[in-house]
Amino acid sequence: MADTAASAAPTGHAGSRDLQHHFDSMEQQRDASSLGMWVFLVTEILFFGGLFLAYTVYRSRYPLAFAEASRHLDITLGTFNTAVLIISSLTMALAVYSAALGRRKAIILFLLATMALGGTFLGVKAVEYTHKFHDHLVPGAGFRFPGPDARPAEIFFSLYFTMTGLHAAHMIIGIGLLTVLVLQARKGRYGPGYYTPVEVSGLYWHFVDIVWIFLFPLLYLIGRHLH
Amino acid sequence: MSQHVVPPRVYFAVFAALIVLTATTTAVSFLDLGPWNTVVALGIAFLKATLVVLFFMHVKYSPRLTQIVIAGGLFWLAILLALTLSDFMTRGWLPILR
Repeated sequence: MADTAASAAPTGHAGSRDLQHHFDSMEQQRDASSLGMWVFLVTEILFFGGLFLAYTVYRSRYPLAFAEASRHLDITLGTFNTAVLIISSLTMALAVYSAALGRRKAIILFLLATMALGGTFLGVKAVEYTHKFHDHLVPGAGFRFPGPDARPAEIFFSLYFTMTGLHAAHMIIGIGLLTVLVLQARKGRYGPGYYTPVEVSGLYWHFVDIVWIFLFPLLYLIGRHLH
Repeated sequence: MSQHVVPPRVYFAVFAALIVLTATTTAVSFLDLGPWNTVVALGIAFLKATLVVLFFMHVKYSPRLTQIVIAGGLFWLAILLALTLSDFMTRGWLPILR
């Protein structure tokens, strides 16, 4: 099926020029690149894992304060942003698919769509952060929280800003990576014979999506059923 | 080349499943299931993450070596979580040590 298109002989720029001398074949080079990205992503799993662990420890200690604080997050914006990131993962997957088939225009369009969706996510995040500043929910001297649970609620918001902030930083880096891909794709750099940069950048983008898939329920959804 | 190109209909099916699961997890969060709220939320998150990893990230079609490295990474994450939580969650069990 689709394999036939991908196994067609490399054409144009995508030929042996792209094979580094220390690899036996394009396939070996491709697998090595994917493996390298996955080794990096494993370190990222443990990096975010430490933050999720800190969240678990504090939430188990202050479950009601965390639920109370969680209700100050906007569930509509959170759900919207989750959908935006999932759509961006779809467009990213389609960009990789287009690259594998050597459809230059489609690669660029899907990459630009992915970047636009990433930008939308960050825009919504900026709106949410602004609301938190207005509501005095940013940890520090200006933090105000009604009730006796102000201190543990401040811990919740410290984790909220650290985790979503680092996630947003990863998104910004991802948009930077995609910008390079668009510029290279415009030059016709990617085709069936060589599209490894699109493939491994896709792995990174999907990973950042997965981090949000866990952040969303743990930050936004834990206090909704109370009251 | 033996590279596997996943047909787009697979991507669209996974995408539809991810959107449905997102709507489900948001809807379920408004029901009071006691401790099961967290279980359901995390279960759906794991399911979504698995779909992304297997299909969007092509791990279902990746070489064995890549799959082993990922499994190894998740095993280290399990060690990080299990050893730390086995400390924090059991501190109240022996009152004499408080």
